[in-house]
Amino acid sequence: MYVAVKGGEAAIGNAHQLLAEDRRGNPDVPELSVAQIREQLSGSVDRVMTEGSVYDPDLAALALKQSRGDQVEAIFLLRAYRTTLPRLAVSLPIDTGNMKVSRRISSCFKDMPGGQLLGPTFDYAHRLIDFALEAEGAAPQAEGKGALADHLPQVVDLLNAEGLIEREQPDADDAVVGDLTREPLSFPAGRDIRLQTLARADEGYLLALGYSTQRGYARSHPFVGEIRTGEVAVEIEIPELGFAVDIGDITVTECQMVNQFVGSKSEPPKFTRGYGLAFGYAERKAMAMSLVDRALRAEELGEDITAPAQDAEFVLYHADNVEASGFVQHLKLPHHVDFQAELTLVRTMRAEIAAAEARKAELAEAAQ
Amino acid sequence: MNQAYETSATLAGYNFAFLDEQTKRMLRRAILKAVAIPGYQVPFGSREMPLPYGWGTGGMQVTAAVIGAKDVLKVIDQGADDTTNAVSIRHFFVRMTNVATTEKTREATLIQTRHRVPETPLSEGQILVYQVPIPEPLRWLEPRETETRKMHALSEYGVMHVKLYEDIAQHGHISTAYDYPVLVNGRYLMRCSPIPKFDTPKLHMNAALQLFGAGREKRIYAVPPYTEVKPLDFEDHPFEVERWPEDCALCGAQDSFLDEVILDDRGGRMFVCSDTDYCGERRAAGHTGRMSAPYKEEAAE
Repeated sequence: MYVAVKGGEAAIGNAHQLLAEDRRGNPDVPELSVAQIREQLSGSVDRVMTEGSVYDPDLAALALKQSRGDQVEAIFLLRAYRTTLPRLAVSLPIDTGNMKVSRRISSCFKDMPGGQLLGPTFDYAHRLIDFALEAEGAAPQAEGKGALADHLPQVVDLLNAEGLIEREQPDADDAVVGDLTREPLSFPAGRDIRLQTLARADEGYLLALGYSTQRGYARSHPFVGEIRTGEVAVEIEIPELGFAVDIGDITVTECQMVNQFVGSKSEPPKFTRGYGLAFGYAERKAMAMSLVDRALRAEELGEDITAPAQDAEFVLYHADNVEASGFVQHLKLPHHVDFQAELTLVRTMRAEIAAAEARKAELAEAAQ
Repeated sequence: MNQAYETSATLAGYNFAFLDEQTKRMLRRAILKAVAIPGYQVPFGSREMPLPYGWGTGGMQVTAAVIGAKDVLKVIDQGADDTTNAVSIRHFFVRMTNVATTEKTREATLIQTRHRVPETPLSEGQILVYQVPIPEPLRWLEPRETETRKMHALSEYGVMHVKLYEDIAQHGHISTAYDYPVLVNGRYLMRCSPIPKFDTPKLHMNAALQLFGAGREKRIYAVPPYTEVKPLDFEDHPFEVERWPEDCALCGAQDSFLDEVILDDRGGRMFVCSDTDYCGERRAAGHTGRMSAPYKEEAAE
């Protein structure tokens, strides 16, 4: 009988139960704890925190557990939770010059004041599956943990006595920093809003766009000025006290990309900069972000806008994976009313064409 | 909106209607502006909702901003109350507000819809909230928001007339079956969310307040009660709505939007009302179609 395409409350309930069962997997295998995810899947946790826009490793790990490891779903969970949180204060800008670094490298300079530190990285690992990991063993212990000074100025600033690299100019103290989670995107979008969008942007999307700038679509001749990862203090100013209070440390990855710039009508040749920042160990994200940030500065630097990565409307409107995933997947919702309307139209048009051809054939016959 | 409204028993840990009061105030400001400038798309600080973008987050934010504890809510998708997403959204608001719900268009004070306008005429005091995926009527003709905002500012809508003209020149008539462009209050070109053009005339001079929410695109717009809504057309090619070769197989209605239901793999099909409440009401009143069994009261809601 006629129940087609209509589904009810019972079906939805069943789907949720099936999903929960599926998430748990075989009950003979011990259940993952949130702490295990937080400690042992930190790459996923960091990405979920960055794109979810909340620094909370426990919540991110819980979201990953709930989404059975689906990162975009976990990011969505965290974002939906984030909207319900009160805004108690706005922190002071974090000072990455005072970072407790666990990794710091530069590709522009052979050596630099303060030194380089490889830290925990995949960079020079041979990507051979390590079958030994299958057997659970004693926790590995690293020897030779390097350490650098607690105060390390940005190398890009340090080695810029000649002024060949552009200097970042801070905004006026009273300038309000935009927040696209409160005000919708509008154009032209300032660099604050662009950077916020990029920080929340899907990593894969940024990676592809950044990559495209290396392959000639808005070629920007990039060099890694500096990448550093480590802990920085978050401070808020409490009006009643009149001074800043440290409310905790967060781990961030920062990338300063330096780009050769041949000059334009308005600017002499110099090196320009792109900036990337992400929560946790997120080098790929921070680097891709800095490439796209630089590409989006085309207009300000008087470059011709010829490539997708330079097109602010295109880049910023499509960067958010929670928006993109929702809209792509909404195609699963029933559309039969619109489809019916199209069907009726297509039938009418076909009937008209057939009628016109029949008339033509009749006329041809009559003429014979 | 009264403080007393928000004390009703709802899901612990969440504010009445999910959003915090500051956010609701921001939304209400946007809605008031939208009502004051019919058809104009008001940008607003759209929030992440616990449902995915594209699944009604704009409509839900508008509903959350206007709903009060005494409202009676109806949620439809494709005209039906029992489609999965309508069930899901209704369930969300019951959890978050504990308001009464109904499937009857006449009884609802607030109706959230996707893709349809109910067949039963709305009355004064009712609010119809549309879920909108793409609010910009000029989007397929001009992908850039910076450009389309300029076009609206200058009422520069020639490009849409050209599109409709080209349709006629190529196909003999306008090949837009849904999302038909309308001019609101003689000023703003507006997209009626994707409703079939069959429903477009219902927007004109409607007694109810019609609110449109696009969450992902972060826009709210409105058609206040008794506002002129005119589909774009030409003198020699006037706007017309689609017709069906048959009546509703269940209630015999000749004036409602019909869904085509495939019955077998040999081309068998039937047409039934997309508006399930309208169809049910007609059957209760004794109307029958060619395939209907005698009407009997359904046991469960």
